[in-house]
Amino acid sequence: MKQGVLTGLALLAILCALPLGVDSYWLRLGTTMLMYGVLAMSWNFIGGMAGYPSFASAAFFGLGAYAGAVAQKFGLSMFIAWSLAGVVAAMFAAALGFALLRLRGHYFAIASLVVAEVLREIVNSATDLTGGGKGLNLPVPQMASIDDQARFFYYAMLGVAVLAFSAVFATQRSRLGFGLRCIRQNESAADMLGVNVTLYKVNAFILSGVFVGIAGAVYASWVHYIEPPDVFDVLYSVKAIVMVLLGGAGTLYGPLVGAVLFLSLEELVWRNYISVHTGMLGLLIVLLVLFLPKGILAFRPGRA
Amino acid sequence: MSALLQLSGVSRHFGGLKAVSGVDLSVERGEVIGLIGPNGAGKTTLVNLITGVHPATTGKVSFAGKDVTRQKPWQAARRGIARTFQIVQPFPEMTVLENVAAAALFAGGMAYGAHAESAALEHLRFVGLADVAATRAATLTLAMRKRLELAKGLAMNPQLLLLDEVNAGLNSSEIDHALTLIRAIAARGVTILIIEHLMKVVLNLCSRIVVLHHGELIASGDPQSIVRDARVVQAYLGRRYADASG
Repeated sequence: MKQGVLTGLALLAILCALPLGVDSYWLRLGTTMLMYGVLAMSWNFIGGMAGYPSFASAAFFGLGAYAGAVAQKFGLSMFIAWSLAGVVAAMFAAALGFALLRLRGHYFAIASLVVAEVLREIVNSATDLTGGGKGLNLPVPQMASIDDQARFFYYAMLGVAVLAFSAVFATQRSRLGFGLRCIRQNESAADMLGVNVTLYKVNAFILSGVFVGIAGAVYASWVHYIEPPDVFDVLYSVKAIVMVLLGGAGTLYGPLVGAVLFLSLEELVWRNYISVHTGMLGLLIVLLVLFLPKGILAFRPGRA
Repeated sequence: MSALLQLSGVSRHFGGLKAVSGVDLSVERGEVIGLIGPNGAGKTTLVNLITGVHPATTGKVSFAGKDVTRQKPWQAARRGIARTFQIVQPFPEMTVLENVAAAALFAGGMAYGAHAESAALEHLRFVGLADVAATRAATLTLAMRKRLELAKGLAMNPQLLLLDEVNAGLNSSEIDHALTLIRAIAARGVTILIIEHLMKVVLNLCSRIVVLHHGELIASGDPQSIVRDARVVQAYLGRRYADASG
């Protein structure tokens, strides 16, 4: 426990120091990694801990991005808009959870997959509010230089990642986390043992939505411009899942390790095999499922 | 009104099939009552109706004076109705201790932490599984898993314990051990409803036996009168059993 806290603090110190003395390429990559780290850690709540294969990350991400953008369009300050995006995503997750979490396995996966598509169509049609297919511009924060701006968004994303990480840490050591482990292993037995399974699953779903919503809003401010196909991209869901599986589902550090590994691989593949990079991605997923069902972290030496 | 569990006209249909129909049953506090009947008679369905797995199609289930016909399984667990499963249901990836701690935590109303674990260990000692507390539940033998079910049931701190064939698949010495355990649980004042095919077990433990056949309760009474009841012999025990025990 104590060792775990020290590891976490050391990691945080490194992440805080990283922007000093790297160029903008690495800063952008670092921000992206933190963003996907948030997505992966969030998916871990519903997919890793509760065992429900959710594809709703893209829905939460896009919803957060648009909530933040629209809030700023109406004159709210950036930080308030980001917080509001988290609240909107959480409320949406709660409502959606009560409807969808009655379904199990593949049925839940399919249902969660279409949510982002539905939201995208709604955003597309609500042109007055969202600009529809033309997208939406966001105010650019006033800062001394482009580098300062890049650093600012790196630290903002780091802040969201720390929030998500703390939530995973706390959940794993709580009644909620224990109940979710019971649900993953045998849902009807958990029910029989007094676990309020619906409530627990909805809580896991809310936790899987709130930080993604905030990350979406931060992303929107970071790139200054969003459009529906960009922020409701199903790849946000798929990549988050692959990252968690790569690192180790249900673990504390697995999603982060998975995010860093995956994006590093993607950078290398993207640069060197630009025409076949999605094929390489598919291959990676297949290999992962076949040979590493429990993730990289299950390979730690000295562990039975 | 003093009955702990009261079923009034309880029926459950699955499509056209009447799995349980018109069952009236009242279980007093502190009773050890046996539920017997041929395969497919509706015994497990009846337990499912009591624990909220299936809601009753018609009729009413009361527990401790409260109407619980529409309760959910987790609510039944927190009210003090615990059950063991005919097909054992451990959390396979968790340790034996964690399995029991989960029961103490969620149904027994204990706070998360070391306290629940020490209570769980106490129950494991009682059923004789303390030695394997740290092993994964998936690695236990069948006899051990049945005892784990008992420990989980106890950790739920129940008023009513429903035992669904806890002895099926056990050998004779394992059954004797289970009998001793069940008697010790009853001595704590826990009301027990036991589903069982082994007449040895039922006759040994129960002060009253009820018989289910085609979903209907066809007889209820003390063990000696039940084994002589013509309908029970016809439906379940068979001629030869009645002759032998008569």
